[in-house]
Amino acid sequence: MIQINNISKSFAQQPVLKNVSLNVERGKTRVILGPSGSGKTVLLKNIIGLLQPDSGEIKVDGENIVGINPKRMLDIRKKFGMVFQQAALFDSMTVGQNIAFPLEEHGNYSDEEISSKVAQALEVVSLEGIEDKFPSELSGGMRKRVGLARAIILQPQCVLYDEPTTGLDPLTTDDVDRMILDASSRLNVTSVVISHDVGSALNVADDIAVIHQGTIVEDCKAAEIKNSTHPFVQEFLGTWFKKQ
Amino acid sequence: MSTKIVQQPIRFAQVSGNFVLRTVEDTGQMLGFFMQALRAAFTPPWRVEQFLAQAEFVGVGSLFIILLTGVFTGAVFTLQTVSALEQVGMESMVGSTVMLAVSRELAPVLTALMVTGRVGSAMATELGTMRVSEQIDAMEVMAVDPIGYLVAPRIFACAIMVPALTVIFDVVSGIGAYTVAVGALGIDEGAFLSRIEWFLDPFDFTHGIKKAFIFGVLIAVVGCFKGFHAKGGARGVGLATTQAVVIGSISIFVLDYVLTAILLVFEG
Repeated sequence: MIQINNISKSFAQQPVLKNVSLNVERGKTRVILGPSGSGKTVLLKNIIGLLQPDSGEIKVDGENIVGINPKRMLDIRKKFGMVFQQAALFDSMTVGQNIAFPLEEHGNYSDEEISSKVAQALEVVSLEGIEDKFPSELSGGMRKRVGLARAIILQPQCVLYDEPTTGLDPLTTDDVDRMILDASSRLNVTSVVISHDVGSALNVADDIAVIHQGTIVEDCKAAEIKNSTHPFVQEFLGTWFKKQ
Repeated sequence: MSTKIVQQPIRFAQVSGNFVLRTVEDTGQMLGFFMQALRAAFTPPWRVEQFLAQAEFVGVGSLFIILLTGVFTGAVFTLQTVSALEQVGMESMVGSTVMLAVSRELAPVLTALMVTGRVGSAMATELGTMRVSEQIDAMEVMAVDPIGYLVAPRIFACAIMVPALTVIFDVVSGIGAYTVAVGALGIDEGAFLSRIEWFLDPFDFTHGIKKAFIFGVLIAVVGCFKGFHAKGGARGVGLATTQAVVIGSISIFVLDYVLTAILLVFEG
C-alpha cells in the first residue's frame, strides 16, 4: 500500500533521514523500531504529508505524494487515520465531539447516525459511555484509545501509530497492544506503528524495520528479528531481552 | 584600538540589517498567511459556527472592558480639556473637542489595544497550544484545512467586531464626557450638544470605523500567525503570546499614522 523509495530529510543542514526505503503491505502491521532521535516520527510525518522529504518518493496506492498539490493531499489523507503520541485530542471538545469531528467534516450524517457511529467506535476501544467526558478527565491510556476511536471512525485503509505505548505502565501497554491487534483484525486495516518499545513491537508486528541514525539497518518479518546479525539491532534487542 | 573603531559600525550594521531582514521576512510571511486565510474563507465548507463562536468571544467577551475604558476615557479627557479650555474661556467647546478626538483616534486605537491584550493574546495562546500538542497536525491528518477551520473565522470575527466595539466606545465615551461636563462641571447642556452637532461630521466616525476594521484584521492575523507557528512547548507558546501582543500593539500605532495620513488625503 505504501512504498517509500530513497527519501532523505534534513533540518538546518542536519540529516535526519538518509536514503530510507520501505514497503508497507496492505493488511499487514509494519513496526518501525528505533531509539529516540533516530528519525521515526519524521518518517511517519513524511508518510502522511505533514513534512516533505528533500529527495526520494513516497507512493500511496501507486501515487507519488511528494510535491503533490495540497487539495489532492487532503483526499489522500482520507485513506489514513493517525494516533498521535499524546493522542492530540481537541481539548475544547468532549470525547464524543472529538470522535464525531471527522464524520461532521467529511460525511453527510444525521445526528442520530453520528451518535451511533461514535458509540460503536468507543465500543471497539472498550470505552463505552464516555462521550460527555473531556480529554483532561481521561488517563493517558484512555486518551490513546479515544485517539484510535477517532482515527478509525471514517474506516481508513491505514492507521498510523506514533509511539502508542510511550509513557504507559505495563498493563496499559498490553491494553494498547491488544487494541492495535483488535483494530487490525476487526477492521482489516493496514497499520504502521513507530515505537522504541521492543516488547510491544514483537507483540503487534507482522514486519519490523529497525531505524538507526536516519537509516534502515534491518527490515524483516517480526519472527526473524531476533536472528538479525546487525550489531546495532543485536545491541538494541539485547538490552531489552536482558531486562526480561 | 583602530580595529575596534572599525568593528563597532560593522557590528551595528549587521544587527540592524538582520533586524530589517527579519521584519521584512515576517511581514511577508504574515501577508502570505493572510492570503491563505482569505482563500480558505471563500472556499466551502463555510465555517459559520466557528465564526459565530469567535464573534461572541471577541465582541460580547470584550464588551465590559470596552464599556469601562470608553466611559473613563470620555470622562478624564473631558476633565483635562475643560481645564485647558477654561484658560481661554472656551469651555463650551469641550463636547466637540472630546468627541472629535474620541471618534477619530481614541476609540479605534484604544479599542484595538484592548482587544489585542484580551483577544490577540488568547488567539496566540490557543493556537500555540494546539500546535505544540499536535492538535493542528491531527486536524491536517483528518484532511481538514486548519487555516480554514481555525484562522479564517477568527480574522472575520475581529474584522467585524472591532469596528462594532469602536462604535460602542464612541457612544459610552460621549456619555462619560456628557456626565462630567454637564453633570459635574456645570457646562451648559445646550452648548455642549450643539457644538458636537456643529463641528462633527459622519466622516469623523466613519474615519475611526475604517481604521478599526483594519486594526481588527491586523490583531487576528498577528495573533493567529504567531500561535500557528509556535514551537518548543510551553516556552514557545509564551513567546508567541508575548510577540502577538507586542507586535500587534506596535503595528496598531504605526498603522494608525499611515491610515490617518491616507484617509486625510483622500477624504479631507
